[in-house]
Amino acid sequence: MTEPAADVSADVAVVGAGPAGLAAAVHAADAGLSVTLIDAGIRPGGQYWRHPDPALDVDSRAGHHDWQTFASLRDALHRHVENRQIRYLAGTQVALVQPGSPFRLHLAVTVPGAAPEHGALVTAVKAADLILCPGGYDRQLPIPGWDLPGVFAAGGLQALLKGTRTLPGRRAVIAGTGPFLLPVAAGFAETGGQVAAVCEANSPLRWLRQAHLAAQAPAKAREALEYAIGFGRHRIPYRPRTVVIRILGDREVRGAVVARVDADGRTQEGTEREVEADVVAFGWGFTPSLELPLALGTQTRVDVDGSLVVVVDDLQRSTVSRVWVAGEATGIGGALLARLEGELAARSLVAERTGQPLRPRALQYRMRRSRAFARAMHAAHPIPPRWPDWLTADTLVCRCEEVPVAAVRHAVDVLGATDPRTVRSLTRVGMGWCQGRVCADACARLVCDLTRRPLTDGALEATSRRTFAAPLELSRVARLDDSPTPEDRS
Amino acid sequence: MTTITITFAGRTLQARDGQTVAAALIENGVRSWRRTRHGGRPRGLFCGIGVCFDCLLTIDGQAAQRACLVPVRDGMTLAEGATAGEGRDD
Repeated sequence: MTEPAADVSADVAVVGAGPAGLAAAVHAADAGLSVTLIDAGIRPGGQYWRHPDPALDVDSRAGHHDWQTFASLRDALHRHVENRQIRYLAGTQVALVQPGSPFRLHLAVTVPGAAPEHGALVTAVKAADLILCPGGYDRQLPIPGWDLPGVFAAGGLQALLKGTRTLPGRRAVIAGTGPFLLPVAAGFAETGGQVAAVCEANSPLRWLRQAHLAAQAPAKAREALEYAIGFGRHRIPYRPRTVVIRILGDREVRGAVVARVDADGRTQEGTEREVEADVVAFGWGFTPSLELPLALGTQTRVDVDGSLVVVVDDLQRSTVSRVWVAGEATGIGGALLARLEGELAARSLVAERTGQPLRPRALQYRMRRSRAFARAMHAAHPIPPRWPDWLTADTLVCRCEEVPVAAVRHAVDVLGATDPRTVRSLTRVGMGWCQGRVCADACARLVCDLTRRPLTDGALEATSRRTFAAPLELSRVARLDDSPTPEDRS
Repeated sequence: MTTITITFAGRTLQARDGQTVAAALIENGVRSWRRTRHGGRPRGLFCGIGVCFDCLLTIDGQAAQRACLVPVRDGMTLAEGATAGEGRDD
């Protein structure tokens, strides 16, 4: 099956159709710019507004707190698609971005046939301006047994529940840290499963100390209250200062060993106990997807939650000309903040192009409040610094290349590696199918812990760079046009 | 809701139209559909959103497809393993 390939041009390419990307695309199109919106998913909304296929006949809105906001953005998107202001490429990822004027984005299909309405298969997009809203995914720590079937990323479990109301087991342990564990547990219970425990590594007391910030975000406080009521109704045990230190099972999960920990994550003797479960889901905050900004050379920094994020100014401009970044890639801050950033990015871009005045104050004020709330949340839910103590020599750090902790320790202790990049070269950690998306963050933390060095943006960046943001056939790589565009030559 | 039929490793399974391949397999009690090439460790769904590539399998002869992203279609044939040589041996 070969379809005619096509290159298309747009004023602006927006990458990602989650809260930030949807807002950016709609606002840029509202201002009359031609927009190409590229998204890996089949339906708009990103991970946050993930919802079932209409064919499944289930209520899309269930479990969503601000569905109305999504519905109006989606309707605006569809209007702009109809009047050809937005070209919406669903089921498509940017595999490679080439700098220049215009930028060239080479696309890979994630879901064959997801966007048949576009006729010809679009293989490349040329755009003068970029708004990158790539979102993020669950941050993971390797835990003994975490590669057994039945262990999920918390977001993966939620995707099953939100996407198709699929229950992958009967009894779950939801573990890690952060408020995201709550909706995942509630969703599991509401879909008919039993939640054996929610293990929160930190103490909610740390959160209460920041309560004045929660009070500034009443919607968040209401959400928390709803989960508390839901937990009561479904009898979900919530265990603070508790972690899963080992997953039990041979071919698949049959349980988890949980233990109480101190504030640094040291397990407390005599508190270990086995919990029967066939599902274990982990979430340790989120990792932003930085392939595209890093490929373009944007400056990065380590955010308060210890994740690598893109540096942007107060108008969402990155340090690379004509590249705006919005949403989780600029710092994990949730859907509301992402949407505001997406809107500001588009409006700032439009103001630059048209010379019309930009009045950003009201947006920036709401963003500051959201950001303050996010910072308080991150402060209350750090990764416990002593998590490496939970590891055993044979715990896999890299699930793809099956690199155990012992190999990483050997690279540091015997071979003398002092940084994550050298450890990667010596062990192949992070060099498999996922290219380190799952383990690079944890591996950098582990290497910095073993070498007693602070976690820096350099340490994180070295293992976050990926030339290809999605797999691309070698035949296409061979055909890539790397000749400079006319503007480059001038 | 429409029930459709897919084939997995020679078995006929029922699935719901609109589901992903991963969700359909899981609802049929299948939790892993690939083995790692060194340790032969079972792999199925992990990240669920297209990031980790754990859930790779062969769909209608196309190798290395992400089960978490691809929707099921009536008559779809699924084979274990990211590539033909990576199928399960048990």
